Amino acid sequence: MSAAEAPLVVEALGKRFEETIALENLTFEVRPAELFGLVGPDGAGKTTLFRILTTLLLPDSGSATVLGLDVVRDFWAIRARVGYMPGRFSLYPDLSVEENLRFFAAVFGTSVEEGYATIAPIYRQIEPFRDRRAGALSGGMKQKLALSCALIHRPDILLLDEPTTGVDAVSRREFWDLLADLKASGLSILVATPYMDEADRCDRVALMQRGRVLAIDVPAAIGGRFPHLLFAVRAGNRYAALQALRGFPHAASAFPFGDRLHYGDVRTDLDPDAIAAEVRAALRSQGFVDAEVTPIRPGIEDTFMALMGAPEEIGA
Amino acid sequence: MTPAIEVQSLTRRFGDFTAVDAITFEVRTGEVFGFLGANGAGKTTAIKMLIGLLAPTSGQARVAGFDVLRQPEEVRRRIGYMSQRFSLYDDLTVRENITLYGGIYGLTDAEIRERGKDLLDRLQLGHAGDARVGSLPVGWKQKLAFSVALLHQPAVVFLDEPTGGVDPVTRRQFWEYIYAAAARGTTVFVTTHYLDEAEYCDRITIMVEGRIGAMGTPGELKRQFGAATLDEVFVRLVRPAA
Repeated sequence: MSAAEAPLVVEALGKRFEETIALENLTFEVRPAELFGLVGPDGAGKTTLFRILTTLLLPDSGSATVLGLDVVRDFWAIRARVGYMPGRFSLYPDLSVEENLRFFAAVFGTSVEEGYATIAPIYRQIEPFRDRRAGALSGGMKQKLALSCALIHRPDILLLDEPTTGVDAVSRREFWDLLADLKASGLSILVATPYMDEADRCDRVALMQRGRVLAIDVPAAIGGRFPHLLFAVRAGNRYAALQALRGFPHAASAFPFGDRLHYGDVRTDLDPDAIAAEVRAALRSQGFVDAEVTPIRPGIEDTFMALMGAPEEIGA
Repeated sequence: MTPAIEVQSLTRRFGDFTAVDAITFEVRTGEVFGFLGANGAGKTTAIKMLIGLLAPTSGQARVAGFDVLRQPEEVRRRIGYMSQRFSLYDDLTVRENITLYGGIYGLTDAEIRERGKDLLDRLQLGHAGDARVGSLPVGWKQKLAFSVALLHQPAVVFLDEPTGGVDPVTRRQFWEYIYAAAARGTTVFVTTHYLDEAEYCDRITIMVEGRIGAMGTPGELKRQFGAATLDEVFVRLVRPAA
């Protein structure tokens, strides 16, 4: 593979399980030394995609190559060159930290010593606990061990399926710092996450929902896909204000966002400040005397919610 | 009024490791109380003691007016519990799950029929009673699990990361259900890793290494730490050096 070639190419990939469409006509590529994020909730198809890319599952339609190798034809060659961290804790809880690492090194025909330089920045943080059972590690430490095991054979690409799920906000942030370092060293990384706030840490992201891509772009440009004008609203009784906003004639959406409400207005041809003044006046006339309304730029979560449409209904 | 949860110097040690270190707090009836902390801070251990699954080493806790150590059966009758990991049985239908849990909670057949119907009506799931739970989208499964945890009208419901992996719209709908339950007088004790959700709680506590690092309304905590967001409060408490 030449350096300019995309290390991962997915073309019109499809997969269904009985009636459920897990992946529908999925197309994207990861560029060399790119940190590419798949952002979406459970059921988006992220894990199905990882299983196909790691040659554990066959696609129904379309094709995919990893490091120029075909996921169906060249499955044996791919496995040796990919570092994969599955979504569920993948280590042996009864083996120690060091035993897990030795095991994964042996499976890939290498040794901890040979791979040490690659994993050192991460492994050094857990090395003081090398004799502890992996099952007795905290969430953040388990994650660092799993990443070390995925890197021990010095793979050419990293595939990480929800490495930060269930991990606290601080450990999540530290994990993304590690990924940034790995990317800087030249590694291409595909990472999935259900946390919208992590999308900003990627070079590019694909927003996914129910097997489909809603948008692919650099994080800063995703907000530009928001189809309406967006406002932040502060009002005393948040839930009452939310109901009031939803009742407004030009409302596109109204959702709680932390300590504020985000209100979408369909009138994209009007001056945002004029709409803000009008919404503020309307809220105040309905008894929300301290209501404040400010035009804001939509974020990734705003955009995701606008593009995903209504949550899935249940058929009879 | 007696608080829904009263915790006094509650402590749990495992060997020479103190997982929960003399925590004291109260949760008022009908309050939405957020219980936050880093992984390994002692949240799970504390919850296990509050729902009567783990005996404290010392200290006391009363839930719904009963002592968790001496009257665990009385406590269990008055609480509901759901988590991302443990909720409903995938291989049973929606209605079978309701019947099973209704039975476990000691409801009569008539109560199960009546409340089961109410529950399905409220969720607008009447048409899906015979669907296998495993076939439902994740968000629906979580909403259903929450409603089933309320089937026996518990005084207090414990929600352990109820919105993990759920899409952002459904996550917000879930919080509207939480508010509705609290408005009916149910006390809600909830853990989450989404710090924007912590803003939706009446009060929160942030556990740090087995102790309560901070407690108050979201606004109080932000003022106390001079922080713009709860995310910032959390980072400062959990990694003071960073």
